Amino acid sequence: MEYGLDLEYSFNEFLKGFGLSSEIAHIIWLPLPMLLVLVAAVVGVLVTVWLERKISAAAQQRIGPEYAGALGVLQPIADGLKLLVKEDIIPAKADGILFTAGPILVLVPVILSWLIVPFGQNLLISNVGIGIFLWIALSSIQPIGLLMSGYASNNKYSLLGGLRAAAQSISYEIPLALSVLAIVLMTNSLSTIDIVNQQSGAGILSWNIWRQPVGFIVFWICALAECERLPFDLPEAEEELVAGYQTEYAGMKFALFYLGSYINLILSALLVSILYLGGWGFPIPVELIAKFLNLPINAPFIQVFTASIGIVMTVLKAYLLVFIAILLRWTTPRVRIDQLLDLGWKFLLPISLANLLITAGLKLAFPQFFGG
Amino acid sequence: MSIAITTQFICFTVLSLVVIIGALGVVLLESIVYSAFLLGGVFMSVAGLYLLLNASFVAAAQVLVYVGAVNVLIIFAIMLVNKKEDLKPINDIKSRRIISTSICLTLLSLLIRVDLTNVWSLSSPQNSIGEESTIRIGEHLFSDYLLPFEVASVLLLMAMIGAIVLARRDVMSKDISTGLPVDQELIEKSSEPLLTNKN
Repeated sequence: MEYGLDLEYSFNEFLKGFGLSSEIAHIIWLPLPMLLVLVAAVVGVLVTVWLERKISAAAQQRIGPEYAGALGVLQPIADGLKLLVKEDIIPAKADGILFTAGPILVLVPVILSWLIVPFGQNLLISNVGIGIFLWIALSSIQPIGLLMSGYASNNKYSLLGGLRAAAQSISYEIPLALSVLAIVLMTNSLSTIDIVNQQSGAGILSWNIWRQPVGFIVFWICALAECERLPFDLPEAEEELVAGYQTEYAGMKFALFYLGSYINLILSALLVSILYLGGWGFPIPVELIAKFLNLPINAPFIQVFTASIGIVMTVLKAYLLVFIAILLRWTTPRVRIDQLLDLGWKFLLPISLANLLITAGLKLAFPQFFGG
Repeated sequence: MSIAITTQFICFTVLSLVVIIGALGVVLLESIVYSAFLLGGVFMSVAGLYLLLNASFVAAAQVLVYVGAVNVLIIFAIMLVNKKEDLKPINDIKSRRIISTSICLTLLSLLIRVDLTNVWSLSSPQNSIGEESTIRIGEHLFSDYLLPFEVASVLLLMAMIGAIVLARRDVMSKDISTGLPVDQELIEKSSEPLLTNKN
């Protein structure tokens, strides 16, 4: 299945044409995809913030941001600029080091996880062998940052918010990992590229959502809980805890939390689309269309076309899920802490375990449908 | 030296320094919270060392288990019982410190001797399995290491049941040690169960 654009190879060949050694070419190449993904993530956050404002306004029959740019599209940038120039306050009795390190520890693992998000056959930073497992491992670092900022703020609401965040994220990590495991079982690989390729056989019909409907729902609920989105936003429940672990934060440190939570939301949506909705796959396989139109699949023109379709499809699917997440946020009430933990431990965990066992059984019974 | 080897050397130096200084900090710092967070940093650096050794699956497992589970639980426990209390001064603290330091130094010298005298069979870079290690680990866990694997899971199950018994005292009507009836008021329960019949 080695088709698709290989930008790295062409870029390196291009630089070697100028007489540079392959090592130097590699070093010049390395930061480019990272920067690109970082920019993509931040732009994604801006778009999501705008969507959140507009959709929430529509849900509440308001107009929402209107004056900053057409339809208020510049509003998120204005928000960001405001946070950038605000005074950075560290409370007098707070622990300065931990107070500063907390938001960083929250943001860095989320951004690192973008390493494995593929937008096409070769359009990802690194096709690491442990793939999706890297994301699960990295997302388990986040609660430490939340606990750290909750503790360092020297504020009871912050501490409670941090503790809640950690409890929530521990209890939802297990069903999340188990539903990913069912997918990995079907794919025989942890790599995100392999997971998407395994779903690309018959377009929309071969997407994992049809083979893993329970896993899809469990994963989506757990992803929302990990992102602390509204049905599960107990760590920052305004009515109870002021703003949870971010109560004492202002300026850029608050913006780091804000960025982190939105990047995490987009990342979760992207991963749902990769794991269950066929990733960059078009609902009708592109190869089939090319064959139908009698076009050679390896022609450069077709290659660029399929690559751009792949990016568009990935982003489209992800933003569809972001839209659902925003609608959920503005239409559902918050669960209580005991309901949250009950849902995680007594409902999602047994269901995802059963899902894993059934997947294993089905894999043995129907290897052609569930991965041999 | 090529660029790859230089990068590897720099990474190794930084990670080892973080491990050593962090571990010393865990032991020597007075604040238990700092110790707990530093412990997380040490675990992370050890994961980084695994990464340098091409064991990416082990590194991710290290992060998931030690940082994501063990360390979070340690911090969680510290914060739940976050009492600021003055510790009683110990009279013979000096001699205790000398004894413990000498024991630690003896152990360290033993480890150094093992390191120097043992002939390490290092596999050449050509023989390293790299990304395939995940599959190999799985194969080993379900063939020649099956018994230790299963024994470990039974051990964890026992620990879990023990923790549940200790935490949920309404399982038993009497206290295990004193035999007195258990005060069940302290158990944290929801004021109304999720699926109660309200009719």
